[in-house]
Amino acid sequence: MSAVADQNVGLGKFDRHGFDDFLAKRIDPTWLSDARKAAYAEFETMGWPNPRSENWMRSDLRGFRIEKYSIAHETETQTKLDAPVHLLEGVEIAGSVRSANGIVISEELDESLKAKGVLFGSLSRLSREKPELVKKYLHTLIDSSADRFAALQVAMWSDGYLLYVPRNVIIEKPLHIHASMTEGGSDLSHTLVILEEGAEATVLTECSSVTEQGSGMFCGGVELILGARSNLRDVSLQDWGQKVWHFAHKRASVGQDATLQWTLAAMGSRFAQVDQQVEMVAPGARSFVNGVMFTRDRQHLTYNTIQRHCAPHCTSDFLYKSVLQDRSRTVWRGMIKVDEGADKTDGYQRNDNLMLSDAARADSIPGLEIKADDVRCTHGSTSGRVDEELIFYARSRGFTRQEAILMIVTGFFQQIFDRITIESVREALGKAIARQVRQYE
Amino acid sequence: MSHTLKIENLHVSVEGKAILRGVNLTLNYGETHALMGPNGSGKSTLGLAIAGHPNYEITEGSITLDGVDITEWEADQRARAGIFMAFQRPVAIPGVKTADFLRHAATNVRRPDRKEGEDLIPMREFRKELKSKMEQLKIDPEFARRYVNDGFSGGEMKRSEILTMAMLSPKFSILDETDSGLDADAVRLASASIAEIGKDKMGLLIITHHDKLLEHNPPQYTHVMLGGRIVETGGAELARELHDHGYERIRATYPDADAANQQMIAKEETIAV
Repeated sequence: MSAVADQNVGLGKFDRHGFDDFLAKRIDPTWLSDARKAAYAEFETMGWPNPRSENWMRSDLRGFRIEKYSIAHETETQTKLDAPVHLLEGVEIAGSVRSANGIVISEELDESLKAKGVLFGSLSRLSREKPELVKKYLHTLIDSSADRFAALQVAMWSDGYLLYVPRNVIIEKPLHIHASMTEGGSDLSHTLVILEEGAEATVLTECSSVTEQGSGMFCGGVELILGARSNLRDVSLQDWGQKVWHFAHKRASVGQDATLQWTLAAMGSRFAQVDQQVEMVAPGARSFVNGVMFTRDRQHLTYNTIQRHCAPHCTSDFLYKSVLQDRSRTVWRGMIKVDEGADKTDGYQRNDNLMLSDAARADSIPGLEIKADDVRCTHGSTSGRVDEELIFYARSRGFTRQEAILMIVTGFFQQIFDRITIESVREALGKAIARQVRQYE
Repeated sequence: MSHTLKIENLHVSVEGKAILRGVNLTLNYGETHALMGPNGSGKSTLGLAIAGHPNYEITEGSITLDGVDITEWEADQRARAGIFMAFQRPVAIPGVKTADFLRHAATNVRRPDRKEGEDLIPMREFRKELKSKMEQLKIDPEFARRYVNDGFSGGEMKRSEILTMAMLSPKFSILDETDSGLDADAVRLASASIAEIGKDKMGLLIITHHDKLLEHNPPQYTHVMLGGRIVETGGAELARELHDHGYERIRATYPDADAANQQMIAKEETIAV
């Protein structure tokens, strides 16, 4: 017997035995099992991310022990968890999918949409029922060799959500996804959204733990595929417990004259590393991405974003804003990549950070990589401490210190709220922000 | 109505440097007082100390409102008790609409015991009231939707402060150089607006260099500040004299205070460098 390589020591339930057991308990088609095996073999050869690599040099993985986390199996019954939901208030939805520990526990979709050929539900189930469709798109945007978490996710994704909207079908009401996690649990879910030509949909995704201080691991993937002239509004609110480790690879491919409006809000988790990439793959593609981060305690959230222009006449507009309290830290790395020939590109990226304490730290690293000649790309970033004069001004008008800070923070995020077209989402985010403001004095 | 704001032997330091050195001043509800004095004499410091700015440390003396000692109170407690200051250079709050800001402020000031998170004045009721006050002060209704002081001209900032005063209807208002940076017409409008809102309806302490702002607000008392003290108090004629002839007579009459004033300005310049 050969010795187990260093990087494969201490994997707990995610070691080779765990993987074999996981696979044995699944009812996957062969093509999927084969893909999982190949990715797991890759996982075994890889080390944990190198702290000297550009994407990870500002992240500290030292406290992360994968062996601490349990693993949920498709064939075990998952019960509905009592974890908070925020995005549903005041909104009428067309369908809903709920999961516990990365396994779907309920699926609903309006009959009229089913009749039009819309699919919305468990990715595990649909990979058996619609193998051609899932096989065609699954993990085509996410590369398992990106890092060890990507490889693990491709190998061991537990279940997840598929939304498929056929050609020219327009879904007016939002679809809702809620992921919940038990204490010390894990969620290795995958989201796959496919909009055919001329389709339109709105997806509201949120995740939460059973307790505010909950621990666990999320290692997930998101792939959004927008066909020509399609239109997707996607909102995700990450509100995991304060001790959750969150790793995510998120990719979108935007087709000809298609529009993606993507909002990511992060309030939860102890640590988050999100790699996000939007590719404008055909002329006239447009993407608008909003990031809202609001941190406290020792939270450490990292967003590596890439807006890639592969075709001419495309627009991308990324705006990330973070507010930091206590000893928390955010890292934002933005990159606009313009391929050769992607002329008439209009690319914009911005990151603003507001620190509410002296011990908080925000790193902001914008970047441009342009190989075309005729482009307009702009970027900017600001970081600063909340101005005590603003607080005094508000207090002199009768605001308490707490109210003054909440007002200043809300004002800071207003620019993003102005870009969110769904009122209930604006309200839910406003409330989430209010909950996150510390008690001062 | 009878209210009294009493400043007794007030000593104030900023970053450890003494600025006010024993100020005594009593304002009664319905009275108008002018506070004049050369640059660096401590006029704004007095205003900010009364408003409760945390950087203005009261080292001696007291501020009482209707017999209650408010010397140690936070700025928001003072605002809720009826103290208001119109700032010379109010700060901008990006992303916060003037109407939303004023609605929250008015709710807190009118319901001093309101707890955080409790309901604000109903939106419709408040909008109606704001609209009528804006008409009264000849302010463009668009103003309400703009962010607080964000990108405002000097004149707009001053009018916004007067609008705020109108919405909060305090017991006592300190107006810190509400005429600075304005042209003659704008000063006249500000003067008329202050009279409209404040005259006989509160106690006014108008800090100014000129008598133009006092045109519609003839003071019953004019106080002259020099070197961190009020050195002389007179009537409206004193304000006119200072406007017409400057502070030479005052400086000559109170050489000690003048020396202190020179010293304070020198210190400010050293800090500025």
